[in-house]
Formats: sequence, C-alpha cells, structure tokens
Amino acid sequence: MSARRIAAEVAAGNRRAIEVVEASLEEISTHDGELHAFTEVHAEAAREAARGIDAAVAEGRGVGPLAGVPIGVKDNICQRGRVTSCASKILDGWRPPYDATVVRSLEAAGAIIIGTTNMDEFAMGSSTENSAYGPTKNPVDPSRVPGGSSGGSAAAVGAGMVPLSLGSDTGGSIRQPAAFCGVVGVKPTYGLVSRYGLVAFASSLDQVGPFAQSVEDAALLLEVIAGHDPLDSTSLDVPAPMLVDRLDDGVGGLRVGLCRDLIEGASPEITAAVTASAELLAAAGAEIVEMSIPELHYGLSAYYLIAPAEASSNLARYDGVRYGLRVDAANVAEMNAASRTAGFGDEVKRRIMLGTYALSAGYYDAYYAQAQRTRTLIINAFADAYRSVDLILGATTPTTAFGLGAKVSDPMEMYLSDVFTIPTNLAGHPAISVPAGSDAAGLPIGVQLLGPALSEERLLRAAAVIEKGRS
Amino acid sequence: MSDPTPLSAADVAKVAVLARLNLTDEEVERFTGQLASILGHAADLAALDLSALKVTEHPLELINVLRSDEVRPSLDRAEVLSQAPAVADHRFLVPQIVGEEG
Repeated sequence: MSARRIAAEVAAGNRRAIEVVEASLEEISTHDGELHAFTEVHAEAAREAARGIDAAVAEGRGVGPLAGVPIGVKDNICQRGRVTSCASKILDGWRPPYDATVVRSLEAAGAIIIGTTNMDEFAMGSSTENSAYGPTKNPVDPSRVPGGSSGGSAAAVGAGMVPLSLGSDTGGSIRQPAAFCGVVGVKPTYGLVSRYGLVAFASSLDQVGPFAQSVEDAALLLEVIAGHDPLDSTSLDVPAPMLVDRLDDGVGGLRVGLCRDLIEGASPEITAAVTASAELLAAAGAEIVEMSIPELHYGLSAYYLIAPAEASSNLARYDGVRYGLRVDAANVAEMNAASRTAGFGDEVKRRIMLGTYALSAGYYDAYYAQAQRTRTLIINAFADAYRSVDLILGATTPTTAFGLGAKVSDPMEMYLSDVFTIPTNLAGHPAISVPAGSDAAGLPIGVQLLGPALSEERLLRAAAVIEKGRS
Repeated sequence: MSDPTPLSAADVAKVAVLARLNLTDEEVERFTGQLASILGHAADLAALDLSALKVTEHPLELINVLRSDEVRPSLDRAEVLSQAPAVADHRFLVPQIVGEEG
C-alpha cells in the first residue's frame, strides 16, 4: 500500500498505525532472513511510536503527512542512542548522541522508523557487498546484488517490507540500487536536504534522498525531508518545494534531451527502455531532442579522484580516540594505525589511500586539481545543455543487477556501474531513477531523468508521466 | 599536462603510513595493482588542457555564515563520553604522548 494512502487512512482514523507497523514487521520477518536489508529492526520502539500516533488521532490532535508510515533509515544517518555504524567495524556499536535533522523531520511528520538498513561500508561501493554485516540480496533475484551503496534501503522497499526508506547518494548510491530493485530513487539538489547527522563520505557530493514504490510517495517523502537547516552550513536557504500537488501537471511544452552519452554502453534492453520512456514523454506533450554532452565521459575519472580525496580527509577522524574501535598499542600513532587497520575494510582502505595519494605533494596538481577542473568542465557542459532543454533523459545503469561476487575482485569494474549517475553529483544537480520495465531475465530496469539545480518539481512530474504510461 | 609517473609499491607503502594504515607485503602488492588500474583510468583527464578553467571545490558558491554569539544547548557530555573507547576525569583517554622516546 502507498505511503500516502496509509498516512491518509491513519489520519482519518480508518486504520490504526499499530496495525500498519505489525504488518510491516511481519513482512520483515518473512523476507529479511534471506534478503538482509536491515542491520537492526526497532520493533518495540516502532510499536510505541505507532501507539503514540493512534492516541493522537483518537484525541483529535493533528498528525503529520507521514502519520503511521513505516520507514527504513540507512545505517549512515544518525539515530540518537541507536547503533549507527556505516556498516563498518570501526563504528561497531556506536550510538550517536544526536539525531540527524532528517530523522527529526521524519518523526515530526509521523513516520515510524522501523529499522536501520544495510549499506556498503561508509557508502563506498555499488553492491552492498562491502558491509561488515554481510551482503544484502536483491528482492527480485536473491542470487544477485541489490546495488549500492544504499542496497538495504532499496531492497527493503523493493520487497514491500516498508513503503519508504532513506538512502544517501554520493555518486549514484540511491539511483543505481533503485534501478536494480525496481523502485523509485531520488538524488536531490545538493543542499536541498540537510546533511546534519549524515556521516560524511565525500562532503561536496553527499546528499540524502528517498526511496519509494511510486513517484508520488517519493515526492511526499522528499517534501518532508527538504528545507533549510541552520545546523548544516551547506543547506540551501530556499523554501521546501511543493511536489505532490504538482505531480499530475504533465510535461506539455517541456523539452527533454535524449542524451547519447547516458545511453551508449547500456545493454540493448535498457537502451530500448530509455527509448520507450522518451516516447511516453513525447506522447504526453514533451518535445524530445537528441543530444550529446561528451564531457560527461570524464565524470568517472574525476569522481574517483575527488570522492576518495574528500573521504581520506573525512575518515581521518576515525583514530580510536573519541568513538568507535580502539586497538591498544604502545603509543598514540601506533594505536591510531592499529585501530584503523582493524576497523576499515579493503574498499575503504583503497579509497583512503587513493585519496591520500591524489592529495600528496607532487601529485596534487596532476590528479586532484585536474579532477576539480574537470568538474568545472562538466558543470559548464550541463549549463550549456540546460540552455536548450529542460530535462535530460538517459539510463540509470549500463546493466541490470549483477550476480553476488561477480565484481568484488575488480574495483574498476565495480566503479563502472556508476558511470551514468556520477555526473549529476559532480554538478550538484538532482536526478531520479524510475522503473521502466524489466529485461529477459525479469530483472528491473531503471531510466534516469536529470535536471538543473532545484528542478525537482519538474523532474518528478516527468517521472510520473513515465510511471503512469507504463501502468 | 604530462602523465604522472606510474604508481609503485613504494608509493603505496608511503601512502599507507600517511593514512595510518598498516599493510602486509601481500596487501601492498595487491593494492598497488588495483590503485594503478584506477589511476590509469584517470589518464584521460591528464590528456585534457584545462588550464583556462578554475577548480570546483564545491557545487554551491558558499559564503561563510556566522550564527549569533549566544549560549545554546550542546551535546550531552556524559552521552558523548559514553561512546569513547577510554575516558578518565571527563576526558578522552589516549596512550601517553609526552615523554615518549623520539
């Protein structure tokens, strides 16, 4: 059932939040033994929150737009007093002394956090196989990965265990798993959603966003979490967008660029799904323009220098002193190294070393500064493109979900699965992955819509047209 | 812009020290190959002449914002310290630093 309908029925007193929560817990107990989307289920706290919502409704007090809606929250978003580990041994057992602003927003809206969802360690990965808790499985085919790094959030929604979840997207970590699991995933404009309490990976790229089974539910959740936050110095001081009320306004008069560079290299079935989506938009009144932005091809290389560089700095804080794992040693420097060596997994170590190298004397200009100039090149190319189109359409991923273990031994091969999602993060723009059919093996396909900064309302309208056209 | 020199095992060993990571010889060898492959992919950037472009450090044009200088609630000290590996006298406890031999 949709989140919007649950909230409406709970608010009207036609359905009790406790029943919604029990149904969600039942789905989790049925599916999560196999799928492992959750690292922890907060059953008792969820029941208590549900009773609170039901009491408020019974007493005629107002409840929020997500009243009684169960939601999963990625393990890198701080929940006060609950283990928030980023699926890393170095934060094993860490209970944050504060809530992320998005967690506060969810609770204020009446949403019920039913569990914490699995992820690649520190959001570094594209398959959720880099989790200290073990991998999450794809709900459509459990022999395959759910994508990553927000694989637990995607699988939880894909399997119907919760109608909504939150993830984070640094280079595609919401959109790629959304595509692999057949759900909607939105990467909002940088700064639209507070990052206060999101454990930092690459601070100039990270952004929190929603997973949902429908575009409408994604819009509803994004409305709840968007808005200015004085606790986040990178938060945009703009009003929260009105998204749900405009969803049915259609795409008449919009120019949509069918971007060759976000399609080339995709499988024939995914390419066909993008073409079919373009036809749906055209049939609804959009003008489709074929275009190319060749600069996007440099995105992957730039990203895999910039994101590790920022990560190497952000993850310097894990030193065995203030929180997390400590491995004792004779002096502070040896204790730092022993703790970090025992606490970080291989992918995190790779990125820390890559970033440290790219920032080190003698290599800074050749690698890091060159990547930052490439970022400018890509931003300028997008700006040129958006002078002639309102939105851009392409594939979310080159392939559908791959098998567990298929890419773990070759990091570069794994990175290539994010080739279509990365440019958006470099530009700080929003994008959405919306389901667009499945391949011959029955695996979900996602198509991606991109827009300029703060174009969420337009993006979601277009995604709704594709969703409606397929149903 | 010229291609930087290829990554060597000695580079990886040095970076590991800078990043406070202890690597075995086998790990140095494995990471050298993997990191060289990733850096090799970045050779496409080295071939670009971007000298006319500024660097982008951040997608937003940030300006420094200061809040008013007034006392506000902060994190609960006991709750913060409860998450530390070692604590003494309301402080984080670390191995001895002063008086160590060079």
